[in-house]
Amino acid sequence: MKKLALAVLALGIVALMVWGFYQAIYVAPADAAQGEVGRIFYYHVPHGMLCYLFFAINFVASVMVLAWRKTNPARALAADAWALSAAEVGVVFCSVVLITGPLWGKPTWGIWWTWDARLTTTLVLWLIYVSYLLVRKFASGTEMQTLAAVLAVFGAADMPINYLANRLWRTQHPSPVFGGDPDAGLKDPRMLHAFGWNVLAWAVWGLAILAIRVYVQRRQQSIDNAVATAALAAD
Amino acid sequence: MSTPIVTPSASPTWTGLVLAHLRKDLQIEWRSRDAINSMLFFALLVVVLFSMAFDPSAATSREIAGGVLCVATLFASVSALNQAWAREIRHQVLDALRMTPSGGAAMFLAKVLANFLFVGVVQLVLGPVFFVFYNLHPLGDTWLLAAVIPLGTWALVSNGTFFAALSIRSRNREMLLPLILFPIFLPALLAMVLSVKTILTGDGSDPNLLWIKVLAGYDVIFTTISLLLFDTVIEAE
Repeated sequence: MKKLALAVLALGIVALMVWGFYQAIYVAPADAAQGEVGRIFYYHVPHGMLCYLFFAINFVASVMVLAWRKTNPARALAADAWALSAAEVGVVFCSVVLITGPLWGKPTWGIWWTWDARLTTTLVLWLIYVSYLLVRKFASGTEMQTLAAVLAVFGAADMPINYLANRLWRTQHPSPVFGGDPDAGLKDPRMLHAFGWNVLAWAVWGLAILAIRVYVQRRQQSIDNAVATAALAAD
Repeated sequence: MSTPIVTPSASPTWTGLVLAHLRKDLQIEWRSRDAINSMLFFALLVVVLFSMAFDPSAATSREIAGGVLCVATLFASVSALNQAWAREIRHQVLDALRMTPSGGAAMFLAKVLANFLFVGVVQLVLGPVFFVFYNLHPLGDTWLLAAVIPLGTWALVSNGTFFAALSIRSRNREMLLPLILFPIFLPALLAMVLSVKTILTGDGSDPNLLWIKVLAGYDVIFTTISLLLFDTVIEAE
């Protein structure tokens, strides 16, 4: 029964992604200024939004680790699994943003990359969370969890800088489509639909991966715990 | 009949605690001069290396000088920042400090102030050398450098001191600091380099001094987070 439910869920996610792909590539009209290349928008922007979501999950879980590490270590351990998993998924989503951006930039701007505020701060965000994952490799145990959680707070402080980058400065990166000028936004409802479906599909996909990763990490934690207990008992 | 050298007051003020820590750090540095000497020589080497590697003309000098100065300071201070905490680890001084009534924030702020002074001295010595080596004739408002350089240095030293304390608790201590510090410091570096470039070239690309404001905002936010979280780092185990 449980397997059946999981299979249905997996199929549903795949169907949603296929539907999102169909909407983005076949239904939505080509952008008037950018042509077919503009369709990468339906992948680039949802991934950008969702990488904020996963880094935000990482931040909340990290704060929980800091809050519970003394009073409730078991819960802090669970929060740590969420923090690690969210950071990993977030880095993947941020990588997609950093890959799809240049793919669009080359045909549109004629260059793969430019050091404007938006691009630079996105790269910085990616680097910070990669360093977060490195810290987790370089230390171990509850000490590492605390240190990683502290670093996650700094990473979260960088997110607003990234968000505001193309609102504060005139960047080469296009100005925000949503939450920017009153004049901005997707004018064609078919474009808005394609965008909405892709946000939903990739959100569900990312959250599913996150759930699986948390499950694996919790299993790993209980294995580590059992090994440590056995080592203590052997003494 | 002996008079006590220190009269312990009932509850020392927080500022008093910071100053006590600061006095201790400055005294150690005054006796050894390890940090300043090594930073100075290292930064000098970086400046020489860059001018050899790029062989810049006067025009390109103005463009890249801000970046070279920042990077030279950055590399030099990373080596010193590791030492700042490493010497507290020896003989369990850090554990002793943790038991003092001052708390982590006071200890941290004193360490930042001390390192800020050391890096400041290095920059004061290095600055003139820099202008000579790169034949700089600033075209913008030079006095603004007096705001930009300390703000950028503060961002570097505050974050650097914090993450040095964090990374000495990991397995490969010296390795980890640059790996964490550089990404976190990048926005400040960007703001600092662009402000310095605007000042040196006088191109008026930043009329509202937005980058300097960003740098100041960055300092306030990141120093506050560091002060709040330092106890957590120092007591992580």
